[in-house]
Amino acid sequence: MAENVSLVIVSHSPDVAKGTQDMVEQMVGKEVRVASCGGDPDGGLGTNMPVILEKIKEVFSPRGTVILVDLGGAETNSEMAIEQLPPAMRDLVLICEAPLVEGAIMAATESSTGADLATVRKTAEDF
Amino acid sequence: MQESIITNEQLIKCVTQTINQYGDELTKLDQAIGDGDHGINMVRGFNAVLAEMASLTHQPLGDAIAKAGMILVMKVGGASGPLYGSFCMAFGKVLGSATFEEMSLASIAPAFTAGVDAVMRRGKSEAGQKTMLDVLVPVADALNTAKNEKTNVGPTLRAIKDAAAQGLARTKPMRATKGRAAFLGERSVGHLDPGARSACVLITAICDLLLVNG
Repeated sequence: MAENVSLVIVSHSPDVAKGTQDMVEQMVGKEVRVASCGGDPDGGLGTNMPVILEKIKEVFSPRGTVILVDLGGAETNSEMAIEQLPPAMRDLVLICEAPLVEGAIMAATESSTGADLATVRKTAEDF
Repeated sequence: MQESIITNEQLIKCVTQTINQYGDELTKLDQAIGDGDHGINMVRGFNAVLAEMASLTHQPLGDAIAKAGMILVMKVGGASGPLYGSFCMAFGKVLGSATFEEMSLASIAPAFTAGVDAVMRRGKSEAGQKTMLDVLVPVADALNTAKNEKTNVGPTLRAIKDAAAQGLARTKPMRATKGRAAFLGERSVGHLDPGARSACVLITAICDLLLVNG
């Protein structure tokens, strides 16, 4: 089977990011590739564009990648990270406007069925 | 407007010193209606730009500002990184390779306007929502008016400072509808917006630098 849509979880808190990733992995095992990051460049609460970019590249799937974000800076930094990607990858990475934890679990569950990128995002956003 | 002659180094030192000076105040403002890290983030970002000074001198101002914008995106950590970073990247790109000697309102006004447009797109916001745009938009208007009316440098810089200060003051009674402060709703009323404050102190400091050296 072709690779599933992957997930990047971006929180202001490294603990929230990791905890959400743990919950997703417990739900869907290793069928969906998941990466997470949180914290500003000094390790405090915040988000960090270069690290988000690295995480996208780490789990990027040719079928697409969704990013789950918590608050404002997570979204703007994720948008900047997407813009740094090579053009061929850029259109395959979407930010999901859904609550972080619930959205990540919904997206991962949908992705594990082999759903396409648009469907994975929509399922999380409609939750 | 006649040319103002300052160096990239003077400009970078000026904005970094300003942010270092106002960092605590920005953080306090952000503790009232945001997540309390605006000053800390801005200090980290601008000092990262200062640390890269060697790679930002001896090149056209536009290129240096665009490069500084990327450093802000990488180092600030909060939403203000992508916002100030996008401003600088768009500003620098439109300013292009003009040197300080070649610069005039005819080149600065469209560059600043492009920067403001980039902030609006990045923040999906506009003036009137209690954000940095409440300072940036009136400043862009003042620049464009001065450009159209061919105002001299001194009056232009004073008009810009006034526009920034008035824009900042208008954020106090506003109810935030964008950013973290929007969660507070009515409780955001009565506080200055920290992003508008940082934009105002930076613009004021740059105007003062130009008034002294122009």
